Amino acid sequence: MSTWNDPANGFHPLSAADYLPRARLEEVQLQRLRSTVALAYARVEHFRSRMDERGLTPKDVQTPADLARLPFTVKADLRDTYPFGLLACPMEEVVRLHASSGTTGRPIVVAYTQADIEVWKEVMVRAFASFGVHRGDIIQNAYGYGLFTGGLGAHYGAEALGATVIPISGGNTERQIMVMQDFGATVICCTPSYFLHLVERAVEEKIDFSRMRVGVFGAEPWSEAMRQRIQDDTGVRGYDIYGLSEIIGPGVGAECVHQVGLHLYEDHFFPEIIDPASGAVLPDGSEGELVLTTLSKRAMPMIRYRTRDVTTLIAEPCACGRTLRRIKRIERRSDDMFIIRGVNVFPSQVETALLRVDGTLPHYAIVLTREKGLDDMEVQVEVTAEVFSDKMRALETLHRNLGQELERVLGIRATVTLVEPRTLARSEGKAKRVIDKRKI
Amino acid sequence: MEVAQVSVFLENRSGGLVEVVDVLARNAIDMKALSLADMADFGILRLIVDDPERTRVILKEAGFTVDKTRVVAVEVPDRPGGLGETLHALRRNGINVEYMYSAARRKGESAIIIFRFDEIGRALDALHGAGVTVLDRFDPL
Repeated sequence: MSTWNDPANGFHPLSAADYLPRARLEEVQLQRLRSTVALAYARVEHFRSRMDERGLTPKDVQTPADLARLPFTVKADLRDTYPFGLLACPMEEVVRLHASSGTTGRPIVVAYTQADIEVWKEVMVRAFASFGVHRGDIIQNAYGYGLFTGGLGAHYGAEALGATVIPISGGNTERQIMVMQDFGATVICCTPSYFLHLVERAVEEKIDFSRMRVGVFGAEPWSEAMRQRIQDDTGVRGYDIYGLSEIIGPGVGAECVHQVGLHLYEDHFFPEIIDPASGAVLPDGSEGELVLTTLSKRAMPMIRYRTRDVTTLIAEPCACGRTLRRIKRIERRSDDMFIIRGVNVFPSQVETALLRVDGTLPHYAIVLTREKGLDDMEVQVEVTAEVFSDKMRALETLHRNLGQELERVLGIRATVTLVEPRTLARSEGKAKRVIDKRKI
Repeated sequence: MEVAQVSVFLENRSGGLVEVVDVLARNAIDMKALSLADMADFGILRLIVDDPERTRVILKEAGFTVDKTRVVAVEVPDRPGGLGETLHALRRNGINVEYMYSAARRKGESAIIIFRFDEIGRALDALHGAGVTVLDRFDPL
C-alpha cells in the first residue's frame, strides 16, 4: 500500500495501533483485560459480589475465552447504582461526568479519569483519521455539547487531531448554514437526518457548501441507501461512527474510507457477539447482540456490557490494511428501544409519562416518521371513558398535559394524537407499541 | 328541568361522523339536536336523543368513547334579542356557560337552546328566577 501513511487516506501517528499484527493486538488485549477485571473486582462492590456469587476471582480470567464465565452488565445496573455506585476510583481522580437518559427517566452517569479522557481523545483521533480527516480541516461539530457525550467527545478528538473545531453544538439551522458557508467548514459532525435537513435549507438559500468533504454521522440508525443519497446529492462522504456513553461515548468504532463496516478499537474495547436470548457467545460472522468490555477505562470499567445493538463481527481483513475487526452497521436493537433525534427512548418511558397524566394506562402506540430528513415521534393515545369529557377545554388540557409530560420524561417533543378506542391494534401477548415508518 | 346529553369522542378522519349516525339509524334512535365541537385533530359530538341511556349503551358497545351529561334546555323567544334576556339573567347571577348550541325547530315562535353549565343547580335557580322557560322534557316538535 503506497498511500497507507497519507493523512488524506486515513493516517495519523495515533492510527498506528489500528495496524498492529493480530498476535500483538491480542497480547495487549489479554493484558488489559486481566487488569480491568482485577480493578473491577478490587474496587467495585457490584462486580465483586457478582463474581463471588459464581465463585469466581480475577485469576479465573486467563484467556479472552474465560471472559464468557463472567456475568453480563446491563443498563439497569447503572441505573440501580446511580449515580456513582460503579466508580472504581476516588472522586478526586474523576475529571469529567456525563449522563444519558435511562429507562425510567432517571439518567445514568458515567465518569472519566484524565487517563480515560486521553483514551477517548485517542480513539476519536483514530476515527477522524480513518475518515480521511486531518490537520487543516475545519470541523463543524453540530453534536450537542453538554451531558450528552457526542459533542465533547468529537470536540476533544478533533482538537487532538490538529484540526480546527467550530463548537457550534446542535440546533439553530440558520446559524449552522451561516457557519458552513462563512467559515468554510470541510467536515461536519451531526446526525445524518439533521445533515439532510441542513442541506435542504442550504440549497433553498443557495448556500455554497462545496468545500464540505466529510460527514461524521452517528447517534441514530441510518442505512446504506441514505448514505448513497447523501453522497450523490451533496458530494459529501458520509461515515458511520459508533459509540455509547456506558463504554466511553463516540469512538468505540468507526468506518474507514472503504465504508465496509466499522472497525472496533479493539485495543480499548473487547467485543463479543452473543445470542440475546441464551447469552451464549457466537462465533465471528454470526449475527447477535454486541457485548463490550472496556480494556483501558479506570474510572468506570465495564465488564461484558450488553449494548442491545444487533450486529455481526467481521474478521476478514479490510482493504485499508487495519487489523481491527469490523462490525456491520447497526440497524436494529435486541430490545424495543428506539433512537429519535439522537435520543434513546424506551416505550416504558412513554408509559411512565402517560401514567403521570391521568393515573390510568390507556392504550397507546408510538409512530415514528421521517419527513424531510427530520424524525418525528407521534404518540397516539386512546381516549377512554375515564378521561373523556364533553367539554373541549378538558380534552385540550388532557392533550396538552400528555405532551408536556412526554417532553419532561423523554427530553424531546412528541406529537400527541387522541384517537378513538378501537383505533389501535390489539395483539395477543406483547402489544406492538412502536410503529417505525422511517425509511432509513 | 334537565335533559340528558350523550357526547361521543371523534377522531378527525373522514367517515367518523357517519359511523355514529349509522349506528343510531340502525337502532332507530331519533336525534333531536346535535352539535359538533371540533379541534384540528379531534372532535366531540354532542347529541340530544329520545332515549339517552339506550343510546349511550349502544354507542359504547359499538366501540365509541361515550359520556352522558346533564344539560339544560331553554325556550327563548324566536326574535331579535330573545337569547340576550337569558344570557343577561345568567350573567347577573355570575353563572358561566361552558358551551351552548341551538336545536332545530320546525315551527313555532320560540327557539330551543341547549346549555351546559358547571353549576347546574345555581344556573336553574337563575333561569327560573328570571322567568325563563326551562324544558323538562325535550321535544322540539
